Amino acid sequence: MAKVTYVENDGTEHTIEVQNGMSLMEAAVKQGIPGIDGDCGGACACATCMVYVPDEWQGKLAGIETMEESMLDFCERREDNSRLSCQIVASDAIDGIRVQMPESQH
Amino acid sequence: MADDILIIGAGQAAAQAVQSLRAEGFEGPIKLFGDEPYAPYQRPPLSKKFLAGEIGYDRVELKGADFYTQSNVETHWGTRVTEIDRRQKRILTGDGRGFDYGKLLIATGSRVREINVPGFELDGVHYLRNIEDVKSIQAHFREGARMVVVGGGYIGLEVAAVAAKRGLSVTVLETADRVMARVVDPIVSHFYERVHREEGVTIETGVTVAGFEGTDKVEAVVSGEGKRFPCDFVVVGIGIIPNTELASEAGLEVSNGIVVDEQCRTSDPDICAAGDCTSHPSAVYGHRLRLESVHNAIEQGKTAAATLAGKEKPYNQVPWFWSDQYDLKLQIVGLSAGYTQAVVRGDPESGRSFAVFYLKDGVLVAVDAVNRAPEFMMAKMLTQKKAVLDPARIRDEAIPVKEIAG
Repeated sequence: MAKVTYVENDGTEHTIEVQNGMSLMEAAVKQGIPGIDGDCGGACACATCMVYVPDEWQGKLAGIETMEESMLDFCERREDNSRLSCQIVASDAIDGIRVQMPESQH
Repeated sequence: MADDILIIGAGQAAAQAVQSLRAEGFEGPIKLFGDEPYAPYQRPPLSKKFLAGEIGYDRVELKGADFYTQSNVETHWGTRVTEIDRRQKRILTGDGRGFDYGKLLIATGSRVREINVPGFELDGVHYLRNIEDVKSIQAHFREGARMVVVGGGYIGLEVAAVAAKRGLSVTVLETADRVMARVVDPIVSHFYERVHREEGVTIETGVTVAGFEGTDKVEAVVSGEGKRFPCDFVVVGIGIIPNTELASEAGLEVSNGIVVDEQCRTSDPDICAAGDCTSHPSAVYGHRLRLESVHNAIEQGKTAAATLAGKEKPYNQVPWFWSDQYDLKLQIVGLSAGYTQAVVRGDPESGRSFAVFYLKDGVLVAVDAVNRAPEFMMAKMLTQKKAVLDPARIRDEAIPVKEIAG
């Protein structure tokens, strides 16, 4: 179980518990947290679930695979610390993580 | 007078509309009616990871159990709506109850097209549309079991891929001379036929199904050409039909889908419709579209919610679709219908990664990308812009995708 805080672009915070094995995108969509669309349901096919991950958490995540990198590369609001939240899987190691959402996913 | 917003149908568009109605600030009562016993769930995984048993119900369910209570939505699962009475502004349900509405959203989706040939009612002849269908199909999943798939479209081919990986003996029968003929160029069809054959699936094109044979259960599929395909079970995937009957019986305009405008309004200003069941005007393509996709359901769900909440959020996006088969991720942007030139980037003859760019008089209208995320993402932008592309630059892989438009 990981406690995850999602920070909307306007600063609104949503903290939820995410069960291990579930992606941060799925958990956000299930709870109706605004700012993460996840149109494709986690197939890494749409890049509508981008989040910014603070540096201190980057090292605790699995590396970026080619598919994710390709998708991120074309996201309008990509920054160095961007990830697709469908590819971030909850585990005890990321308990307490904070992620920020861009202004828009389109 | 009731200011309740009622939503008929509990799929992807409905779930999105609930979330967006609250996000748009609508605070009145929302009531959601679905004829399945489940809360809204994702259908795309049903023919992919869910069928393969890689993920369970908790992962296809769209929203968490407490989402609807937290959103203050009254849910009526397992409840079929039988009539919309526009004069009284009320809907009737199969169990004889009536619910008044201020505004109404029709998100009734679509249902499978059924095959009407002798033997269609035999046990072992399945369709794939909902969770119960998947359970019935999975019950046949044993190594060596013989499955015949009727229809070489997305659903049929995805089911074939999952079953082949599970060690079943799989035959796909397609009426047209190639698979996925309705949506892609022959280049892409032939690529998929090759990969399926490499994975051990038998693909038979130009085959019409004349009937199913069997005593207690289906034992063979018989073709119009007189061929017999012995099997243990059948999965039929020959398309879907929009659920428009409620709307047409209520006197709403229906023409290949419930007719809506770019704000998802039907011919009755108090009634919106969203998702598979609608026909909407597309400024991108200049004519009406009826789309069968998650993206369309989500975006129309957002638009309809905005309209119902008294705001404006016109729907005008290039559609996109995806299909997972084996290690292939097919991502499609746009609609290729009417294209004048198909330009290939990469090599579809060998390997498993390439993209086809569809040009209509030089303008990019669609792209099929197989394991080519960069081309897909670039195409999303270029199709929306109606970019004019030079075929030579598309073909030249020395030119990075980002610079393809010059």
